[in-house]
Amino acid sequence: MSSNTIIGYVLITIGAFFDFFGCMGLVRFPDVYNRLQAATKCVTLGTVMILVGTAVVTATPTIAIKALLCAAFIVLTSPTGAHALARGSYLSGVGLWEKSVCNLFKERAEEIKAHHGEKK
Amino acid sequence: MTFIYFIATILGVSCFMCLYRIGQGPTAPDRSVAIDILGTVVVGFVCLSAITMRRDFYVNLAIAWSLVSYVGTLALSKHLEGRRFDE
Repeated sequence: MSSNTIIGYVLITIGAFFDFFGCMGLVRFPDVYNRLQAATKCVTLGTVMILVGTAVVTATPTIAIKALLCAAFIVLTSPTGAHALARGSYLSGVGLWEKSVCNLFKERAEEIKAHHGEKK
Repeated sequence: MTFIYFIATILGVSCFMCLYRIGQGPTAPDRSVAIDILGTVVVGFVCLSAITMRRDFYVNLAIAWSLVSYVGTLALSKHLEGRRFDE
């Protein structure tokens, strides 16, 4: 095995374990927001590492450039989607876990709800 | 090749964890979060196919899947927020 194969396989292994533990957080955590932050951060990093490992293992320019482009897309889009999903789930009325200690979005959410009420 | 099967097993177990949360999630946002995460895990799965087959169109599939999953997540969050899609 050449050196780039070994480096790429190490990257892919670490990324796959990040994916696994992120999905374990999706099963184990008690709340929508806890699940969202655990799963989004771990799975984004894990999939980006798998894509970079694919670029390193194959060492083919057509595959490597597209894999790095896909990694850039995921880094841009995954946190944006998670932010929109957290905002939407709070405004849809799903509350926090009863042991949560801090809610900085509460006043702003009431303003947004009042604004939507005026428009209707 | 055995190594690729090992990684595919780990990612498959992750996919089934997401499917468990899609089925069991008490509220609709739980299911939406699990759908978003499942879309990102499948991108990694497609890349394993690109390694084994040495074809580059599998990576095209990964790019298309990630962008379509992003648009789907935004549509689900708008729907949860109770707004129409053209606002």
